[in-house]
Amino acid sequence: MRMPSRVASPAGLAALLLLLAVLIALPLLIGERPFELRMATVILLFAIMGQGWNVLGGYAGQVSIGHGLYFGLGAYTAVLLAVRLDLSPWIGLLAGTLLPAFCAVLVGIPCFRLRGHYFVIATLVVAESVFQIFTVWEWVGSAVGIEMPVKSEGWANFQFHRDKTPYYYIALAMLVLVTAGKWWLHRSRLGFILRAIRDEEEAVRSLGFSPQFYKSVAMAISGGILGAAGVFHAQYVLFVDPFSVLGLHISVLVALFAIMGGVGTLAGPILGAAILVPMSEYSRVYFSGSGRNIDLLIYGALIMLIAVYRPDGLMGLWQRVNPFRQQSVPVRKG
Amino acid sequence: MSEQLIIQLIVSGLGMGFIFALIAIGLTLIYGVMNVVNFAHGEFLMLGMYASYLAYATWGADPLVTLPFVAAAMFLFGLMVYYLLIRKVLTGSMQSQIFATFGLMVFLQALAQFFMGADYFAVQNSYLSGVITLGGVVLPVPQVAALVGSSLATLVLYGLVFRTGVGRQLRAASQDAQAASTLGINASSMYALAWGIGSACVGVAASLLSNFYYVFPRVGAIFVLLAYVAVALGGFGSIHGALVAGLLIGLLQVASGFFISSELKFVPVYMLYLIVVLLRPRGLFGKM
Repeated sequence: MRMPSRVASPAGLAALLLLLAVLIALPLLIGERPFELRMATVILLFAIMGQGWNVLGGYAGQVSIGHGLYFGLGAYTAVLLAVRLDLSPWIGLLAGTLLPAFCAVLVGIPCFRLRGHYFVIATLVVAESVFQIFTVWEWVGSAVGIEMPVKSEGWANFQFHRDKTPYYYIALAMLVLVTAGKWWLHRSRLGFILRAIRDEEEAVRSLGFSPQFYKSVAMAISGGILGAAGVFHAQYVLFVDPFSVLGLHISVLVALFAIMGGVGTLAGPILGAAILVPMSEYSRVYFSGSGRNIDLLIYGALIMLIAVYRPDGLMGLWQRVNPFRQQSVPVRKG
Repeated sequence: MSEQLIIQLIVSGLGMGFIFALIAIGLTLIYGVMNVVNFAHGEFLMLGMYASYLAYATWGADPLVTLPFVAAAMFLFGLMVYYLLIRKVLTGSMQSQIFATFGLMVFLQALAQFFMGADYFAVQNSYLSGVITLGGVVLPVPQVAALVGSSLATLVLYGLVFRTGVGRQLRAASQDAQAASTLGINASSMYALAWGIGSACVGVAASLLSNFYYVFPRVGAIFVLLAYVAVALGGFGSIHGALVAGLLIGLLQVASGFFISSELKFVPVYMLYLIVVLLRPRGLFGKM
């Protein structure tokens, strides 16, 4: 059993507060540089999504490669409510969190009967079906997509046109909230039951807990977080189409970042996003002049190297060098 | 709805079905022997298609002529991947195995784009272009060839796996690796063999496919997604399952592409998977 992380130790707490202070001050340093600001926002967005994925994938041990679905549903909910009903984007955020959470539970009802790879393929198949239906469904804009109506900028409209810094702070607030929630989950009864399901589902069942129920709870939390991230994305780019929010690459990237950061850890998804997003963005900028995709070449090679030399993810590397932490994270054998 | 049309749909459905089945059998063979899902399998297909196209473009060698060579080259490539990469993560966690093949997928796709660019290439005017007419039914030759070629390849594969000594060892390693190794079967060489044969299957599929399908860096994803569904639908590790599910998927996607819409042709396939695994959680032929 993995012990709760010792974030509450004085040194850890100080480090955490320092990190938070740096993150809050960051726009003062890079606010004038749109590329870096956008990248910082994208890192936060992927970190939020990774945290959401991790609730189901890392804690409950149910690996999904269909989580782009809930991100997409959140984004579509936000845009459709604004276009069809002209509602406040903050109601959109609420609806874009609750609806994907509800859909996630619905998807979970049949899929949680499946184990291992059969579950993985089932999540993929559901997400791909919805993707294909959205490409032909006229009411949601089909393959062309829909634009969010542009309104005057301000907090009430959740739109900022000249200076994008508020988006950064909204994403940061969301990440802090989600991470705090996960910290609570990490040491709560629910968190222990979820990890127990991951490690030995039959044992949990024999103790009288319903794995199906607790997996559904994890699925709802996970889907809701992805949905909220989707709403943020829609407000940020003011446009949705099936390829950009429901595409398979989103599902794959979210799972990859979370797994590479470290499955079932609190900081893993943040670390994964903070290292992998800049890596792909910078290598794209530096090498893509040739149009030859050298960034992906390096990326692929690096993933293979991590697989061979650091299979427990970047968090494993971190735990090895971090003097404040106990070495308590075992690599789970699949 | 004429009989001609039905026959055309069935031929093209079975043609695609056997191609899916070949790809899926390769996947399921590797999975069955060592419980690893090869995420780079689609990129193996892409490599085979490029090989087939390049042989045609440089020497004018027809894909039909180069088929055995592409299959052999892919066999060696599979061995190379096993010895250089997979063997190193064999004892690791499931996630390190996922990374290894996923990283390979990204790497190979980028490598193809690095050397060939993102352009679409096609083999034109091969031996197998044009149509044949059988009793009033017009059939495109490449698809008939895909049907004949891949069904023959499946037959050869079945012979190899179910009728030879090596095949028996392979199946033994797949059923119970430990028991097999106590009987003197070298597990590591069986693993290598599974990667070799699995890759060679994809090489055959790639050669046949290059007669009527464009090749580009991302071509593998289209076919391998359905091959994964075929593997799961048939039951992970089951060769019969992969064959039956591949054919079923081929027929279903052609039929739904025709009767429903070409954009939604995979949705019924996905629904079929869900329905089947809800009734049989380990697929059609999976070990219960």
